[in-house]
Amino acid sequence: MQRSFADLAYAVLAGVLAAITMLLLLAPTAVVLVISFTGGITLKFPPPSWSIRWYRELLLSAEIIQPAITSLKVATLATLGAAILGTGGALAIARSRHRLARILDALFMSPMVLPAMAFGLSLLMVFNLVGIRLSIATLVLGHVVVCVPFVIRMVGASLQQLDPQLANCSLSLGASRWYTFRRITLPLIQRGIFASCFVAFLSSFDNVPVSLFLADARTEVLPIKLWAILEGSLDVRVAAVSGLIVITTLVGLVLAERLGGLNRQIEQR
Amino acid sequence: MLGRRESLGLANLTELLPAVPLVALFSLAFLLPLVMLVFVSLFRTPQFIAMGADQYIRFLSDAFNLQVLLDTLVLGVEVATLTLVLAYPLGLVYLAVGAFARSLITFLILLPLLTSTVVRTFAWIVILGREGIVNSAMLSLGLWDQPVRLLYSWGGLVIALAQIQLPLMALPVINSLLRVNPNLLKAAEGLGAARPRIFLTVLLPLTLPGAIAGWLLVFAAAVTAFITQTLVGGGRIILMPLYIYQQAMGVQDWPFSAALSLIFTVAVVGIVILVGTLSRRFMRGVDAA
Repeated sequence: MQRSFADLAYAVLAGVLAAITMLLLLAPTAVVLVISFTGGITLKFPPPSWSIRWYRELLLSAEIIQPAITSLKVATLATLGAAILGTGGALAIARSRHRLARILDALFMSPMVLPAMAFGLSLLMVFNLVGIRLSIATLVLGHVVVCVPFVIRMVGASLQQLDPQLANCSLSLGASRWYTFRRITLPLIQRGIFASCFVAFLSSFDNVPVSLFLADARTEVLPIKLWAILEGSLDVRVAAVSGLIVITTLVGLVLAERLGGLNRQIEQR
Repeated sequence: MLGRRESLGLANLTELLPAVPLVALFSLAFLLPLVMLVFVSLFRTPQFIAMGADQYIRFLSDAFNLQVLLDTLVLGVEVATLTLVLAYPLGLVYLAVGAFARSLITFLILLPLLTSTVVRTFAWIVILGREGIVNSAMLSLGLWDQPVRLLYSWGGLVIALAQIQLPLMALPVINSLLRVNPNLLKAAEGLGAARPRIFLTVLLPLTLPGAIAGWLLVFAAAVTAFITQTLVGGGRIILMPLYIYQQAMGVQDWPFSAALSLIFTVAVVGIVILVGTLSRRFMRGVDAA
């Protein structure tokens, strides 16, 4: 009797806490979507009336659209750079038994461990002392470094599942290393590369600590712009931007799941 | 990587060739800047005239600086511990339910992970604001007779950060719960243990490594969460990221901001390594027992 009471209490407690957790996970996203359709001029919840006025207002706000375009540009370039350089790095260290490979692995992963603000600030100091003016290029450079760890981990995981005999066969049959990479290895790790691109793109698009120091008035990016707006006032246009980002992310998530099995990639970590 | 023979031969060095471009990038755009950060922090004044440890002495001799650092680390500990309490029940439910409910929970966990930090922070401004959800609900239920200040408060900051970083904890906890051998649970049940006891003596010890990994991830993410700290915490709660930003971009005191970032980095990385090592040593003791 006592045991079944303890079991029941345990099940109820775990169930209630889990329900709270799930509500916590869902609520903010739902709240953003709901408030973005408010007809009011404040962030009053529940909204007094419904409209799409803030989305319309957003279309007319060049000061928000411009940073959004810059962010998309920077994220695309940073993802490309990180994917190409990172895949090279992952290929080199995945199979190597050299002691250097482990040191390189630690080096390439360290942007994830170090507080990124210190890195952003240090890069700004270097550019300033060397006399390089801040531009899209300098911003992309910083973003590539913070995106590389995702590629190293996810492409590395794909490589680890790859049967090394396949590449060995190709090589022993006379194919060059480059041909073997192109025709054997690359098609087999494609999904890992796509998935890592998706995560790298999101993390660059969302990056704050590096952009905070490396983006100036001409290269303003979206997260920093939204932060600056919210610091000053609780502007409802931010709700419309947020609504758009949420919807785009959901679509991207479904697409990525179809393309690269992102779900599995993330659960593996 | 583990268990492989190590070699230092030059023959194997050619395998590492594909990494050369990345090594070049990291040398110029990662290692060099970090060396530069140390160098800059060793100047006595922002005019870069003489060198000395003045910035570090300045940090240690002012109680305000130490308080900012301590507050930031305490915030990390509180947020990480709260996510731990929230993640375990979710993991236990995940274990108990079928495939469809599992993919639903996975989706719920991934959703915030993939939504921009600014967006998630903005959601918390809407929830905690003066006219926000919590205040509206409490007022209309008659539980509060006037709006309570939730935004720009410490408690609000801890809860918002815990939600924002929850996926980092939920994923490793669920992963390690899935790896527990189900026969162990059946054995414990067959021997007459009640569920809470099975959790405390079987599930919890076996999943502790995953939980500690998640705890460290959340800790590191929470102490550096500049956007959430400044928007939900407000200007009155000064934590290390905002302090570094103010000193670097506002006051333009580069040596001091460099020293601040280094002290912050060493503190965060130091705690991560310390907790990691201690837990591994502790775990070895459990295994031996």
